[in-house]
Amino acid sequence: MGNVGAKEIPELFGPDGLRTDGRRPDELRPLKITAGPLHQADGSAFVEWGFNKVMAAVYGPREVHPRHLQENHKAIVQCRYNMAAFSVDERKRPGLDRRSQEISKVIAEAFESVIFAEEYPRTSVDVYIEVLQANAGTRCAGVVAASVALADAGIPMVDLLPAVAVGKVGGKLVLDLNKLEDNFGEADLPMALVPQSGRLVLMQMEGHMHRDELGQALDMGVAGCRGIYEKMKAALRDRYAVAPVGASTGAAQ
Amino acid sequence: MSDEVTAEILSTHILDLARQGKRLDGRTPDEYRRVEVEPGFVVTADGSALARIGDTTVLSGIKLEPGKPYPDTPNAGVLTTNAELIPLSSPTFEPGPPHPRAIEVSRVVDRAIRAAETIDLKKLCVTPGEKCWSCFVDIHVLDHSGNLIDAASLAALGALTHATLPQKRFGIAEHDIPLAVAHFPVECTFTRLGETIVVDATFDEEKAGQGRVTIATDEAGNIVAMQKGLIGAFSPEDVKEMAERAFRHGDRLRAIARGV
Amino acid sequence: MNGRIYASVLGLLSSKPPVVRVVPLSGRYIPKANDVVIGTVTDVQGTFWLLDIGAPRWAPLHMTGTPWKIDFGETGQYLGVKDSVVVAVESIENTGRIGVTMNGDGLGKLEGGTIVTLSPAKIPRLIGRGGSMIQTITRMTGTKVAVGQNGRVWVDGPEEGIRRARECLRIIEEEGQRSGLTARIQEYLDSTEDPDPRGGARPARPRLDSDGSARPEFDGPPGPHPLTRLPETVPEPEPDGPPDEPPPTEY
Repeated sequence: MGNVGAKEIPELFGPDGLRTDGRRPDELRPLKITAGPLHQADGSAFVEWGFNKVMAAVYGPREVHPRHLQENHKAIVQCRYNMAAFSVDERKRPGLDRRSQEISKVIAEAFESVIFAEEYPRTSVDVYIEVLQANAGTRCAGVVAASVALADAGIPMVDLLPAVAVGKVGGKLVLDLNKLEDNFGEADLPMALVPQSGRLVLMQMEGHMHRDELGQALDMGVAGCRGIYEKMKAALRDRYAVAPVGASTGAAQ
Repeated sequence: MSDEVTAEILSTHILDLARQGKRLDGRTPDEYRRVEVEPGFVVTADGSALARIGDTTVLSGIKLEPGKPYPDTPNAGVLTTNAELIPLSSPTFEPGPPHPRAIEVSRVVDRAIRAAETIDLKKLCVTPGEKCWSCFVDIHVLDHSGNLIDAASLAALGALTHATLPQKRFGIAEHDIPLAVAHFPVECTFTRLGETIVVDATFDEEKAGQGRVTIATDEAGNIVAMQKGLIGAFSPEDVKEMAERAFRHGDRLRAIARGV
Repeated sequence: MNGRIYASVLGLLSSKPPVVRVVPLSGRYIPKANDVVIGTVTDVQGTFWLLDIGAPRWAPLHMTGTPWKIDFGETGQYLGVKDSVVVAVESIENTGRIGVTMNGDGLGKLEGGTIVTLSPAKIPRLIGRGGSMIQTITRMTGTKVAVGQNGRVWVDGPEEGIRRARECLRIIEEEGQRSGLTARIQEYLDSTEDPDPRGGARPARPRLDSDGSARPEFDGPPGPHPLTRLPETVPEPEPDGPPDEPPPTEY
């Protein structure tokens, strides 16, 4: 919401009520999830969402370094959300800035809320999220990628964690802000949902929204998450597809 | 998946095979794994390329921004190369400030790009002593299965070759133009396995190896950087032979990075 | 929950009422008591070694868990960092500590041969129904193989046999969750058949017999390591059974 109050706010809706990229208010950007693209990690996933490209890898549960971070009764979940220097328009200095550190913290806590951490005392589950190309909504793309990577790593969890942002743009609530909407909108509310319980384990908001709008915004986000959830499951099925070697499945007569 | 600690008997097996001129994955000592360079992977960069050597994957992105020339080179632009060995890419990398091995990758790649005069820095000067282009080459390792330096150099060259000078964005000119790339350096890294010297070592081969030599060549027959690394020793004859091999591989690698 | 059963890990549903099981498809090795695993020594202490067995934690091997009579501080003379050992998991404590022992048939230090690391989830496929897959591989390649439930596989034998066995392992790692795997392996082995497999005979190579090191009794005919446990039922992926991530498997 960096440019709130900027002089020239572009038109964010067409006369047909559609958004600048032709989407309806409650429509997601195209989302493609690939499970398991990396070879070194215990689990990995690559998410292309709109113009975002985000890679996630999971290592663990493994020995904790440094050892003083070890917890005697459960695994700790460590997260590092990082943006590549070339992932944004103006080159970002390499390394974690304050924004990245905050996002890393809330994402780690979201995952710690769904991982059965007590199964692996004194270990660490390390979640690494690398934003390679950013275009609004990178933390949600990061959560989706990391969640699929955690499942790919065989980490026991309550559920997958779909995530999406709801925003307020030109006075209207919209799902899954694009960059223009993020820059010129009034509010951005990213969230991550545990589909099984219907509860949120990540929620932040920047900007402002009327109290009457909150309920609708949350409902819109939850509905969005449920759609993303299906794509996450499909990505995992694709990775472990049980296709017979050289046999065709649909040819039975 | 590779183990964090390489078992001694795996290293011994690798060395046994090398003695007979064989390798674990069936390659000859002078054979690269499959090499691919995919330009334009990241649209937020002014140039980018994803380089793959076998299971090793490295992404490089170029950013060009207006800056101020260094006082001792008022007529030239500024080139900065930075490599991140992020913990996402290997169980052996930890979070934290750049490790010396990340700094080594940056500097070896940087030296080749600089010495080969890959881009003519004088052409990146806008107003002498006042304004120039700063060219940032950022290298992001995504999957570390050995031979990071060669993959980083291919990614960097691929990204530079396909980069655009964003003159319009910064109000310097009406139109963007391609970044002029004059020369094409590539690095070629060798690892000693006993008395056999193999090119393009895998992660396990690097662990079994006794020293590493990187030789960067350009298309005009020049050697534009060298680096001996890790624990081990090489004779001058070894180095001469590796240089010959580096030129033989160089032409093919250059063609792949340039996409020609 | 709500009369439904949910899986907590990604896996294949194996439902034979009244038991519902989810066979994991991925992830690190999660130790179980009595598993035989292959470990790499990562640290040597006065009375024990720490082993990396690919599990969430390093496993201490105490000197009393070996067949050797060791005095305090002499552990390093028997096993050093990067040595490979075959051990059995004895216990998993609530603290996450994994107890392992080297006392037992076929357990001991590994020398010679090579190590291949697979995803632990692929090990049941490597063994095959009643051990059929591993027996086919060892017979047709003339190798001896020790299979760790943690995904590490030790292979020894003539060099060409090791190479072919490694290729079989690579195929299992890459195509292990597919059906038709047995045929695929058989096809590979037939197409590369060595007309004169030289059994387990291995060209003599100097063996460093470090003082007191007990070489496990792997000498003998090619075949699976005696302790390669053959599970009673090896789950075969069912072509129709979709992977079952959280959702829910109704029962």
